Amino acid sequence: MNDMRKLEREVDTKALKISARQCQVYYGNNHAIKDVDIDIEDKTVTAFIGPSGCGKSTFLRCLNRMNDTIDICRVEGDIRLDGEDIYDPKVDPVQLRAKVGMVFQKPNPFPKSIYDNIAYGPRIHGLAKNKAELDEIVEKSLRRGAIWDEVKDRLHAPGTGLSGGQQQRLCIARAIATEPEVLLMDEPCSALDPIATSQVEELIDELRTNFSVVIVTHSMQQAARVSQKTAFFHLGNLVEYGETGQIFTNPSDPRTESYITGRIG
Amino acid sequence: MTDASLNSPAASGPSQSLHKLDARTKKRNAAEARFEAYGLVAILIGLFFLAVLAFAIVRSGLPAFTKTVLDVEMNVSQQDFDAAESQLFKTKAYAGLFSKSLQAQLTEQGVTAPFDDAAIERIAGKVGGTIREFYRENPGQLGQPVSFELAAASRVDGYFNGRVTRDTLTESRFLMLSDLDLADALKEAGIVRNAFDWNFITGADSGVDNPGGAGIGASVVGSFFMMLVVLVLSLPIGVAASIYLEEFAPQNRITDLIEVNISNLAAVPSIVFGILGLAVFIQFMHLPQSAPLVGGLVLTLMTLPTIIISTRAALKAVPPSIRDAALGVGASKMQAVFHHVLPLAMPGILTGTIIGLAQALGETAPLLLIGMVGFVARGYPDGFLQGFVEPNSAMPAQIYTWAARADVSFYDKAWGGIIILLLFLLTMNIIAIILRRRFERRW
Ligand SMILES: Nc1ncnc2c1ncn2[C@@H]1O[C@H](COP(=O)(O)OP(=O)(O)OP(=O)(O)O)[C@@H](O)[C@H]1O
Ligand SMILES: [Mg+2]
Repeated sequence: MNDMRKLEREVDTKALKISARQCQVYYGNNHAIKDVDIDIEDKTVTAFIGPSGCGKSTFLRCLNRMNDTIDICRVEGDIRLDGEDIYDPKVDPVQLRAKVGMVFQKPNPFPKSIYDNIAYGPRIHGLAKNKAELDEIVEKSLRRGAIWDEVKDRLHAPGTGLSGGQQQRLCIARAIATEPEVLLMDEPCSALDPIATSQVEELIDELRTNFSVVIVTHSMQQAARVSQKTAFFHLGNLVEYGETGQIFTNPSDPRTESYITGRIG
Repeated sequence: MTDASLNSPAASGPSQSLHKLDARTKKRNAAEARFEAYGLVAILIGLFFLAVLAFAIVRSGLPAFTKTVLDVEMNVSQQDFDAAESQLFKTKAYAGLFSKSLQAQLTEQGVTAPFDDAAIERIAGKVGGTIREFYRENPGQLGQPVSFELAAASRVDGYFNGRVTRDTLTESRFLMLSDLDLADALKEAGIVRNAFDWNFITGADSGVDNPGGAGIGASVVGSFFMMLVVLVLSLPIGVAASIYLEEFAPQNRITDLIEVNISNLAAVPSIVFGILGLAVFIQFMHLPQSAPLVGGLVLTLMTLPTIIISTRAALKAVPPSIRDAALGVGASKMQAVFHHVLPLAMPGILTGTIIGLAQALGETAPLLLIGMVGFVARGYPDGFLQGFVEPNSAMPAQIYTWAARADVSFYDKAWGGIIILLLFLLTMNIIAIILRRRFERRW
C-alpha cells in the first residue's frame, strides 16, 4: 500500500512510457509471469534483476510482442505504450517493434556484412534517402555502439566473423540504428569485457536523454550504475519496483534483500 | 574431492604420466582407428564400383558415338551419267560404277579382294541411290573426282567394334562371312575408317531397321522441355508451400495431416503418378499425348514432395535467432523470411531441387503411361512453344525404347544414350554447385 503511493508520486514527475497491468504470461501450462504491474518512465533507465529463470526475458519480450513468435506462449493483461494497448488487435507488431527496439540475450548478427547489419533496419523503414545518408547512419550507430574503431576498416566483412563481444555491440548498434523510442536490452553486457561494458553503459546513459531504456542484468553493480529504477523479479512475480538507490540500500521485501546480498539466486 | 587432490598433489604423487597411455585411452584410440578404417574401406568400395560402372558405361557407350564409313573416290563423266540415266535400273548402274571405282582403289593400294554388287550392298547399303541422288543434284561435279563418305551397315560397324565376330556371325542376307573378308581388305586399303557420328547427338530416332541412323538429339530436346516444365512449376510451388507450412501456418491437426501426406507422397511409386497423369491430364483435360508438357506435369507431381521436404528441412535449419533479429529491428514476417531466412536456406533448397530434378530426368515409368516411351521421335519441334506440346520422347524413354528393340545394334545406342543422360545430369549438378557458391558468397 505504502509502495503504491510512493510510485504514484514519482510517476507524476516523469512521463509514463509503458505501463503494464495484471500481466500474465503462460508457456503452455507453465505460468511464467504472474500479475505483473509496472510503470516504465520515459527518458529513464529501468533495470530488471532477479535470479535465472524468474521471467525477466519473458516479460521484456512482452513489451515488443516478441513472444508472439513463440507458438505456445500466451500473454494476458494490459500493456500500454504511450497509453495505447499494444496487444490490441488493431496494432501491427511490426510497427510496434520499430518503436520498441531490442537487443537479445545471445548476440545474433545477420550473416551479412557489418554494414548491411546496421543498414538493414533503416533500409526497411526508409530512414535514409540516399547512400550518403545511410553511410552516415551506419557510422553514427557503430560509433554509439562503441565498435566503430574496431570495424571501420572492414565494414564489408561478415558480421558473424566478429568476436562474441563485438557481435553483441554490433547488435546494439543495429538496434539503435532505427532510432527506437524504447530500447529493450537483455543482458547486453554478459559477453563484454570491462572496457566495452563501460562503453555500453555510457551509451545507455546517453540514450536516456532521448529514449527509455529497459535493461536486464545479472550484475548488481551494473544495475546500480546505470539505472534510475530497478525491478526485482522472483519466480514470475514482480517483487519490488522502485528507485534504484532505494532498492539497493533499503529494500522493503526480504526476498529482494536476500537476492541483493547474495543469499538467494 | 577434486579440491583435495588439487591441493595435495605431492601426497598422491604423480598419479599417471602423460607420456604413457592408460588402458581406457588405448581402447578408445583403437575404436577410433577401427572406425576410420571402416569408413575408408566403405569409401574405397564405393569408388571401386563407381570406377567399374564408369568404365562399363564408357566402353559400351563409346561405339554409339562413332560410325564406320567408307571413303571412296569416284569420277563419273557426263557419258557415264547419260548412260546410267538411260538404263531401266538406274541405281543398279550407279552401283556398278561404284564397284568399278572401289575395285580401282583397291588395286591402287595393292589389295586384292573379289566382290560383287550384292556384297557392296550388304556392306555399304544402297550406294547406287545415294550416288545418283548426288549427281542429279550437282551435275557440275560430273567429270571431276568426287570423294564419297558412305556409312557402313550396322553389322559391319559391329564387326569393327568387336560386337560381331566371325564365330558368332550367322550368315544371312544381311551379312555373309565372305563380306568380312572384304571388310578386312577395305580396312587394309584404308578405305574404311572410323568417324565421329554427329548424327547420334543431333539426330532423331530412326526406324527399327536402321540403328546406324538413330540419334538422341530429339529426345534430349524432349527432356529439356520436360525439365523446364518441372523446374518452372515445382520450384516456386514447392518453395512457396514450404515457406507457408514452415513459417506461417499455424500448428494444428490440418497442417499435421498435410505434413504426413507430403512425406507419404515422396514414397509413392512413380508409376502411380504416371497413371494419375494419364487419367487427369490426358483423359480428363485432353492434353496431347506424348507431349513434354504432360510429361513435365506428371514429373512435377513427383518432384514436389522432394522439393518441399528438403526446403522445409533447410528452413528449419536456419537458427531462430536470425528470425528474432529481423523481427526485432521491425521487419515484417515476410521480410524476415525473404531477406534473411530464405537466402540462408538457399543452398539446401537448391540441393533438394537438383535431387528432385535429377530423379525426374531419369524417370521412365510414368512416361510409359503417357505415351512417351516407344514413340519414335522423328524430328525436332517446329518452335519453342511447340516444343511443349508436339509429341516427343525423353532421354530415358528413348534409351528404354532402344534397349527393347530386336536389333542388337540399338544396344550400343542405348549405352551411348546413357552417357548423354549422365552428361546432362552432370551439367545440371555443376549449375547447381555454381549457383550455391554464388549464394554462399553473398554473406
Ligand atoms: N520458449 C520457451 N518455451 C517454454 N518455456 C519458456 C520459454 N522461454 C522461457 N521459458 C520459461 O519461462 C521461465 C522464465 O524464463 P526467462 O527466459 O524469462 O528467464 P530469465 O529471467 O530471462 O532467466 P535468465 O536470467 O537465465 O535469462 C522459465 O521457467 C523458462 O523455463
Ligand atoms: Mg533471460
